[in-house]
Amino acid sequence: MATAQETMPGVPARANEKNDELTAVSGIISPVEILRIAWEGVVRNKVRSLLTMLGVIIGVAAVIIMIAISAGTEATIADQIEGLGTNLIFIQASFGRGGPGGGGDTGPSLVFDDTAVVESVAGVTGTAVDQTSVQNVKADGATLTDVSLMGTTTDFPSVRDVAVADGRFFNQTEVDRSAKVAVLGAGLAADLFGESNPIGQSITVGTTKLGVIGVAAEKGVVGNTDFDAMLYVPITLVFDKFTPTMFRQFAGDRVRLIYVQIEEGADMDAVIQQIQLKLAVSKGVTVDELPFTMQTQQDIIDTQGATTAAFRSLLAWVAGVSLIVGGIGIMNIMLVSVTERTREIGIRQSVGATPTDIRLQFLTEAVMLSLVGGLIGVATGVGGSILFGLTSDMRTVIVPSSILLAFGSAALVGILFGFFPANKAAQLDPIEALRHE
Amino acid sequence: MNNQPIIQTENLRKVYGMGDIQVAALGGVDIRIDEGEFVAVMGPSGSGKSTLMNILGCLDRPTDGRYLLAGDDVSGLNKVQLASIRNRRIGFIFQSFNLLSRTSALRNVMLPLVYKREGQLSPKAREEKAMAALEAVGLADRANHEPNEMSGGQRQRVAIARALVNDPVLVMADEPTGNLDTKTGDEIMTLLHELHGRGRTILMVTHEQYIADQTERTIVLVDGRLHTDAANGDK
Ligand SMILES: Nc1ncnc2c1ncn2[C@@H]1O[C@H](COP(=O)(O)OP(=O)(O)O)[C@@H](O)[C@H]1O
Ligand SMILES: [Mg+2]
Repeated sequence: MATAQETMPGVPARANEKNDELTAVSGIISPVEILRIAWEGVVRNKVRSLLTMLGVIIGVAAVIIMIAISAGTEATIADQIEGLGTNLIFIQASFGRGGPGGGGDTGPSLVFDDTAVVESVAGVTGTAVDQTSVQNVKADGATLTDVSLMGTTTDFPSVRDVAVADGRFFNQTEVDRSAKVAVLGAGLAADLFGESNPIGQSITVGTTKLGVIGVAAEKGVVGNTDFDAMLYVPITLVFDKFTPTMFRQFAGDRVRLIYVQIEEGADMDAVIQQIQLKLAVSKGVTVDELPFTMQTQQDIIDTQGATTAAFRSLLAWVAGVSLIVGGIGIMNIMLVSVTERTREIGIRQSVGATPTDIRLQFLTEAVMLSLVGGLIGVATGVGGSILFGLTSDMRTVIVPSSILLAFGSAALVGILFGFFPANKAAQLDPIEALRHE
Repeated sequence: MNNQPIIQTENLRKVYGMGDIQVAALGGVDIRIDEGEFVAVMGPSGSGKSTLMNILGCLDRPTDGRYLLAGDDVSGLNKVQLASIRNRRIGFIFQSFNLLSRTSALRNVMLPLVYKREGQLSPKAREEKAMAALEAVGLADRANHEPNEMSGGQRQRVAIARALVNDPVLVMADEPTGNLDTKTGDEIMTLLHELHGRGRTILMVTHEQYIADQTERTIVLVDGRLHTDAANGDK
């Protein structure tokens, strides 16, 4: 062949090599190549890859969002410790007693005059009452339904740690005279008056016209109270204008709650005992018969904490299950992929790929898919957490370690659930695989 | 130089199936093929041609008998060892090309180098070697094309480049022209003749007498046994 020399310059005549190492197959193929082969497998069928990753994306995003919600709830509780005010006791009529409609109830109820009894106890520095009802409120341009109207007393801002941003809170004279004055929560003020200054304007609550004298500073939601949506009026005005006459005649000046502020460093338990004793005496019952519950802020925080712990373990379960579902998704589609790519596997085997090479290829692909899925999941989770915090009334706090946790679990899921398909691929017989259509 | 044996078999047998129903696909075959020979394998369908090619190509193991490849007994090797032998010593050319789809010609040709363990080449050297093999089959300008962008003849030439890139002692071609029209088939045969001219040992299955006639020697199998084994007349 005269042309051979010219047309085949790249292929030298075969050197007469000595192959002594037939039995010892040493060395592995380059890790860079394994990564490259796996990556080619991922991008060659993008839709399939995306479907494979979907479960992991959802799982990882779920882990991050749920931990963010849980951390947000904890942060809210931490804020409540401050928001509740220090050294606070809540006196509340026991469940089923003293509420409106509790007619026929013969036990004593919690009334406004009880505050005087409570204040006479040594160690008590202040009290405030809380009698809340729901009213319609009209202002110049706006009408709002279902506004929480809170009747309270002058110490409320200090006892509940609510600052007045504009104007002032009502004073004792106004409480004594049932003055038609109102202080608006920050959000309520904005809803009713927008940008304009509410101070000096009037609003109509139900059928009663009130003058706005103050706007509270923003405080947000504490416990289940949205302070910013509140409308504060003197408690006496609530009795006069917003309590049905028949009910008032029958039940007296009932209040839902009395907040009691205790001196710094005072013995809580001793003060509570004294309050119970004095209230019992004034009502003419024994302490055991007194139908009130006394909660400290610590009690409330503990209750909330227990709820959050239960919530968190539920979320952990949901997140764990979704990651497992994601893993099963990877396994299923990888199994389909191995079948679809039997011919490819046969071709690789025919040019010298060992079972280990094939196993590594598919395992790397599974891990790669779950890591890429994990990355997308992290982005979705972080974005979702922020969005969820903005659009719902739940708070979210993104915890950096949750990102690591979710990402790590995704990698683990890839290895665990990639193993079975990878093994299946590795065990294919080269002849069968090449014959596969 | 041309009398070193590349293939030597002794009583090569392959039995399929277990228990009562057994099919002897190969019933004791002795052949010797020397370095630099170009041999055609013929025979009716079911006569054991593919079975023989699979064993000689180290894709499968014989049930019985011995197979020496370039002097080394490979009949008892395990899967991993066989993979390594295929990688180092054998180049396959298939009827249906068997290229990786959605993968460039260059990447396809590089494949055997990727799975090479001993004396691994750098990525750059791999690429250069694959490029040289593509040049040798006249497809340097198609290096970045994928198989679906090529004609059948071009695909088979990519497959030939892949079969050569690892510098094998033996090139196995199972009906390399079977899926091609006569003209393209002739081009592929020309390429195989060039390889042969460069000293390659080629074993080729074919159904076409005129193709077999172009080789130096024709082996005919019937019912898993050697029927005839004769040098072709001067061409
Ligand atoms: N995997 C297998 N299992 C069982 N029998 C097989 C298998 N492969 C081939 N055979 C049988 O072995 C014999 C030879 O087949 P084969 O080598 O494919 O012949 P050819 O390639 O000459 O057509 C046939 O009878 C065939 O049915
Ligand atoms: Mg066949």
